[in-house]
Amino acid sequence: MASIASTPVVLIDLEAERQMRTGLLLAAPAILLILVFIVAPMLAVLVLGFTDFELGYGSFRFVGLENYAELFSDRTFLASLRNTAVYTAIVAPVSLLLGLGLALLIESEPVGRSFFRTAFFLPVASLLVAMATVWQYLFHPSIGPINAALRLVGVAGPNWLGASDMVLTSLAIIGIWQSVGFNMVLFLAGLTAIPRDLYAAAEVDGAKSARDRFFLVTWPMLGPTTLFVITISIINAVKVFETVKTLTEGGPNKASEVLLFTIYREGFVYLRVGYASAMTMVFLAVLVVLMIAQYRLLDREVHYG
Amino acid sequence: MSTLTLSGITKSFADNDILKGIDLQAHEGEFIALVGPSGCGKSTLLRIVAGLEQATTGSVRVAGREVTALAPAERNVAMVFQSYALYPHLTAGQNIAVPLAMRQLSRLGRLPLIGALAPGQKAIRREIQAKVREMARSLMIEHLIDRKPGQMSGGQRQRVALARAMVRRPALFLMDEPLSNLDAHLRVHARTEIVDLHRRAGVPTLYVTHDQAEALSMADRVAVMIGGRLLQLAPPQQIYADPRHIEVARFIGQPRINSLASRVTEEGMVRFGPAALSPAAALRAGTAVTLAIRPEHLRVLPRQTGVETGGLPGQVERLEFLGSEVIVSVRLDGMGETLLAKLAPAEAARLATGQPVGLLPEADHLLVFDVAGHRIDAMPVLAQLRENAHG
Amino acid sequence: MTALQLAPITPGRALRFCVLVLTAALFLAPYLFMISTAGKAQSEIFTSSLSLIPSEPHFLENFAKAFSRVSMPLLLWNGVIVCGLILAIQVVIAVPCAYALAKLKFPAARLMMALIMLGLLVPIHATALPIYVAFDRMALLNSYMALVAPFSISVFGIFLFLQFFRSLPDDLIHAARLDGMSELGVVMRVVVPNAWPAITAFSIFSVVAHWNDLYWPLIVVSNQAYATPPLGLLFFRAAEAGDDYGALMAATLIITLPLLAAFLLAQKRFVEGITMTGLKG
Repeated sequence: MASIASTPVVLIDLEAERQMRTGLLLAAPAILLILVFIVAPMLAVLVLGFTDFELGYGSFRFVGLENYAELFSDRTFLASLRNTAVYTAIVAPVSLLLGLGLALLIESEPVGRSFFRTAFFLPVASLLVAMATVWQYLFHPSIGPINAALRLVGVAGPNWLGASDMVLTSLAIIGIWQSVGFNMVLFLAGLTAIPRDLYAAAEVDGAKSARDRFFLVTWPMLGPTTLFVITISIINAVKVFETVKTLTEGGPNKASEVLLFTIYREGFVYLRVGYASAMTMVFLAVLVVLMIAQYRLLDREVHYG
Repeated sequence: MSTLTLSGITKSFADNDILKGIDLQAHEGEFIALVGPSGCGKSTLLRIVAGLEQATTGSVRVAGREVTALAPAERNVAMVFQSYALYPHLTAGQNIAVPLAMRQLSRLGRLPLIGALAPGQKAIRREIQAKVREMARSLMIEHLIDRKPGQMSGGQRQRVALARAMVRRPALFLMDEPLSNLDAHLRVHARTEIVDLHRRAGVPTLYVTHDQAEALSMADRVAVMIGGRLLQLAPPQQIYADPRHIEVARFIGQPRINSLASRVTEEGMVRFGPAALSPAAALRAGTAVTLAIRPEHLRVLPRQTGVETGGLPGQVERLEFLGSEVIVSVRLDGMGETLLAKLAPAEAARLATGQPVGLLPEADHLLVFDVAGHRIDAMPVLAQLRENAHG
Repeated sequence: MTALQLAPITPGRALRFCVLVLTAALFLAPYLFMISTAGKAQSEIFTSSLSLIPSEPHFLENFAKAFSRVSMPLLLWNGVIVCGLILAIQVVIAVPCAYALAKLKFPAARLMMALIMLGLLVPIHATALPIYVAFDRMALLNSYMALVAPFSISVFGIFLFLQFFRSLPDDLIHAARLDGMSELGVVMRVVVPNAWPAITAFSIFSVVAHWNDLYWPLIVVSNQAYATPPLGLLFFRAAEAGDDYGALMAATLIITLPLLAAFLLAQKRFVEGITMTGLKG
């Protein structure tokens, strides 16, 4: 009796061990690459942030928090933080609301759905560097179509990308144009996922107007989607780089200096790796804070477990 | 005064006729079960009554009021959905309160957060709270009041959905397969519960189901819908014993009713083994008809006795033991058709697979239908039986 | 659908439709001007910028200029090579790992999940500096290797496949084992064929991301021979003194076209693939 009972136990152990070995083997390449290309560089950035390492010079020394102290008196970096914040504060909310609005319009209109979806999504699938070039032409102060159109109605158009008080707005317009379609598609998916019965129940329960049904059903049911769209919109806005590099190089007068562009220039143009590493840590801290905000603060409110 | 009157309801999508002219009248406080196979249009009909869909033609009257052109909210009907359709972001209590809040609070008062500050809304809110509590108590779900649907079992959700429908005494209850998402055990229990609730509230109910057992056990009257038509509306016993259409006879009853093609004889009779029926209205000899008989009205006798008494000769093909009864499949000699008989286990104990038997119908329970499926009233002729037995 | 289309045209509906049409026109305007300007002569660009149809088409001249300044075929070829390599390696590495995490008793599963979450958080912008320094030391800059290697591991890919594999029934894998397959055999012959929707979606996501990426190529490539499309366009702009917008738009058009064509041909999959990032939360 005892021997019969113990036999299967031994077999299960063998199976578990075999699975463990195979599992490790299958995951080994991924683990190795994560260590090499994510964990090690992360640690290196952390360490480099405390050094005065510059590419091209053989030696470097630890300088403690000097880089971080310099950061917060560096006018370029502070401008860069401020500009990134302003850019994000324009792009994220506008592209969220526009995305939601367009999704609701498309959902309510049976004609031309796929055409509209394609039209709004096209910028998402387009090469941003290339389209930024097109926008540069559109924004051109003298020969650009936008100002030409404004002249037709008697308005003198601004120097969109060339004036320091306009450049962030212009970049934000491109950013919004580029990201609305993405948000719209997420909202469309969210809308389709709402059970039709809920609207039927709302109607029977006395929700007469479209507005009532929106606040009783649509808006709460889009909660998780909205949370995700908010987070991804902010993160993508904070990561703005392509348009700045292509169109303004941070100018004029550092008016479009943004975080990633400043890091890029310090690290890869001036080759001040240590200093750029400290900036990178700040950039990462921003991302971490955003993620934590998503998971901790808002998640509780919108998840219907 | 009738509480629900449907007249000439049709519904078509493109070339597809979903409903082909439905007339129905419910009486005061009546529980009507709308039963039929899937795709027969019963759910569409329910949604038309609710106002969630628009009929192509026809009119809907609820409590004597013409509501055909009104929005669902204005019809004073309540509905329980198959999926329950509870708002997942609201607690059970808030879900139950929605129908009241939507009707009694002002637009401003309904807004989250600020709503509480709106003038004059506080008293109404308190009143709603009291009604919700009372409703929850009567359905024994008070302990669930602060839970969200995601944290409840299927049975609990179903009760919350019921509570939400019942909280403001509507003129009419609509239920769309409310039990089909429950497991079998819970379903039987919930049946009696809904019937009790209906009796207490006295609100007329239109209940859609595809489950004939539900329809027969719960309803005052059963409406059988097949292929977009309402074929019969009658009390359960009558639906079972006296179906007016072959499709009704086939849909109701488990196992399915036996049916055989036959023809009117020279004498104007319809015959089945030793039994003969005389149609109430004379039929021409040779007219094609369908004979039907329920499995419990067939007797299976050993070949000799069976055939001597005029029974149809056949062979036992299969015996299915179901506990309280045994289903016997008998293949008729020469005709190749298989009929089912339902026997008590003691009776079936004498039978074995492959055994030659004689099948004997209870003539009183033979049903005759014309080729279009409509019932032909017919009486058994006893003299005929005797003559046959001797000749 | 048909019933909806027959819905009555109310003033509200007409208004909504107008808003949609106008917004769509605004969103599409950059493309229209790109195409139109690519066909205009320099003089016309300076005089009538609002007309969409060129008075005398200069498409050929502009495209010829675009091709003569930068080798467009080489750019596109580089884009294909780099994106293809990245995708192939990502899938080959991520699928077995995701399978091990999803379906095998895995010793360090929690640690692994923590690594994946960390990886999801950390973009290339954060790890670029040390990798660049290392590649510089190893003299790897200006090579396909430099363009591809950092993206050989996609934690997002692992995450996506993991979610998908978890939804595959365990019994399917048990049955395959009983049929005598090795674990690798299970992955190749049972898991992968059933994971096509996830793999397609991931492929589109990956290709779009890396075709469009400027940051990393800009850092590791200074030699035009290894330029990817976005970087090549930057080189082209640098080589282009003044405002020859006709040639510039022609170049832009050539570089945008492949991905746009792919998008228009396989729209549904594209939308799915790109919004797959929606699962990231």
